[in-house]
Amino acid sequence: MLYALKIATRYLTASKAQTALLVLGVAVGVFIFIFMSALIGGLAEFILARTVGDLSHITIEAEAVDPAILISPEGHVLAVVEKARVRTASLADAETFVPLIAGVAGVNAVSPQITGAGFMTRGAQVSQVGVTGVEPGLESAILDLDGYMVQGTARLGAGLVVLGQKLADDLALRLGQTVRLQSSGGVASVLTLSGIYATGNGRMDESSVFVSLSTARTLFALPQGVTRIEIKLRDLNAADTTALRIRALTGLDAVPWTDGAAQLMEALDAQAQTGYFLKTFALITIVIGVASALLLSTYRRRPEIGIMRAMGAGRGFVIFVFVTQGALIGLMGGLSGAALGYSALLPFPTRDAFRAGTLPLDITQGSYGLAIALTVIGAIAASILPARAAARVDPVTAIGQ
Amino acid sequence: MSALLEVRDLVKTFGVGDAATRVLRGLSLTLEAGEMAALLGPSGSGKSTLLTILGTLMKPSSGGYTMLGQDLIAAQDSELTAFRNLHIGFVFQFHNLLPDFTALENVIFPTAVREGRETPSARARGRDLLVRMGLEERINFPSVKLSGGQKQRVAVARALMNGPELVLADEPTGNLDRVSAMQVMDLIAQINREEGTTFLISTHDEKIADLCRRRIVVGDGLVTG
Ligand SMILES: Nc1ncnc2c1ncn2[C@@H]1O[C@H](COP(=O)(O)OP(=O)(O)OP(=O)(O)O)[C@@H](O)[C@H]1O
Ligand SMILES: [Mg+2]
Repeated sequence: MLYALKIATRYLTASKAQTALLVLGVAVGVFIFIFMSALIGGLAEFILARTVGDLSHITIEAEAVDPAILISPEGHVLAVVEKARVRTASLADAETFVPLIAGVAGVNAVSPQITGAGFMTRGAQVSQVGVTGVEPGLESAILDLDGYMVQGTARLGAGLVVLGQKLADDLALRLGQTVRLQSSGGVASVLTLSGIYATGNGRMDESSVFVSLSTARTLFALPQGVTRIEIKLRDLNAADTTALRIRALTGLDAVPWTDGAAQLMEALDAQAQTGYFLKTFALITIVIGVASALLLSTYRRRPEIGIMRAMGAGRGFVIFVFVTQGALIGLMGGLSGAALGYSALLPFPTRDAFRAGTLPLDITQGSYGLAIALTVIGAIAASILPARAAARVDPVTAIGQ
Repeated sequence: MSALLEVRDLVKTFGVGDAATRVLRGLSLTLEAGEMAALLGPSGSGKSTLLTILGTLMKPSSGGYTMLGQDLIAAQDSELTAFRNLHIGFVFQFHNLLPDFTALENVIFPTAVREGRETPSARARGRDLLVRMGLEERINFPSVKLSGGQKQRVAVARALMNGPELVLADEPTGNLDRVSAMQVMDLIAQINREEGTTFLISTHDEKIADLCRRRIVVGDGLVTG
């Protein structure tokens, strides 16, 4: 109703300072809402990037074949095959699955790998290591190996090995020198050190070595197939659903990173709950503020409301005038609060540049639209009580004859 | 002349039990179309109470009220709102105008609230009425900046906006000096003559009452003269 809108805007502009204060109050509430959204979202992003960023989002591992047991018809165990020291289980037909998995929506990279244990010897020094054979070109697909390099390159190839700083120090190994790597199956080969990384993760820098997939095939006597497929997703939050899809597609046991991260998920969940809690409080503050301001205005304008009713304004019209005021306050407060929030978040680093020690505020997770919509809805809800009070004003007593 | 409105045996009691005040005690009254009547009586005699009942702003405790052939006792709140808007104009003593609106905006309110917007034709009529009230200089003046007499003339213009058959005025000149009071009354008398609008004006002022062709005196909750 155009005319009710005119009266509502006139009421708001008639007491500019009061309206400005009210809008500012709402804007601060919206600002808190947006700030909390950006902070909680950014924190989750930051924590996940820190903890899960270098992990495979979905992992398919060769199922170790259970040792066979021979049981008599009476139920006695007759013979047990000892679990082999060398893992022979493999995803034999991995090659056919890799392109299939790469085609699944949301999948960023698929890295087939051969993993195993071994010893590295140089002179009298011996170190136990975990060997990962990676397809050349996919060195940084899962773990950002390129980003951690301190010497040489991450690029793998025949006869090359990349290992951690700590291990290089332990073996007194320098770039370009050779080292002997013997697999747990007894196959040995001499490799040239082509790159040294430092991830900051002690265990990793001390005992993980990377070789090309073909080198690993020789070492672990695996002429075909792989032992592990690691998958990186565009959105790590989609791991559960994507893992299900890959399972359905390939029949392989695709395990999302969340399977082993219940505690992390709980912590993030608790953090999100805290965020909802604070945001709800921000909204409640807005609602209470708007309701009390409008209730006061209703009271102050009782004689006018009485006049309008006497002149033929219906109760619905009066309700509309006050609800419109609430909606306008919500809209103005919502928009200015969102603008305020956005400009306050602008100076903070983007989500790709979060650093420890600064607030990880993610400007893209401000929920601006939601904040504005909820504020308008909240302000309208807040105006219902004052509007009804206004509509119930008795013209006779209000005009005070 | 034909009867514009008729009230029969109006009783209005405020409060209940021992605290109950019987203000109207079976008052009956007929107003003809085109009348200009003064409503007189001592303070507390029930003049304002009668005017608010006639204005459909309040219902009597008992009694009958018909205007323009409609039973206004049985009518719903929303029907009364529409009826008032079209057929009854008000001029009150205080709190007459909407303070955040101009003189013209106040005058056209009764039409705008019905039509949902301020139409050009409503504005034109509002302007005409204000000119007629001698307020051409104050058409777009904020109403709070008008003098008391000017405010009452704007209120009269607003009461006439929808061309009502009846205008109820409760001590419209009670706050004004003699000159302003006479100015307002002259305008009312002129409208009454020219348009045949019925006026019922409560007042304590004999000089004002003398300008009306009929005198209705209330006392003890009844019409006494
Ligand atoms: N809402 C109410 N509740 C209780 N009593 C009321 C109410 N309104 C009016 N009265 C009483 O009814 C009586 C008549 O009041 P009313 O205002 O109609 O008198 P009046 O003739 O207009 O007086 P005045 O000339 O002083 O304006 C008074 O005694 C008043 O106290
Ligand atoms: Mg009175």
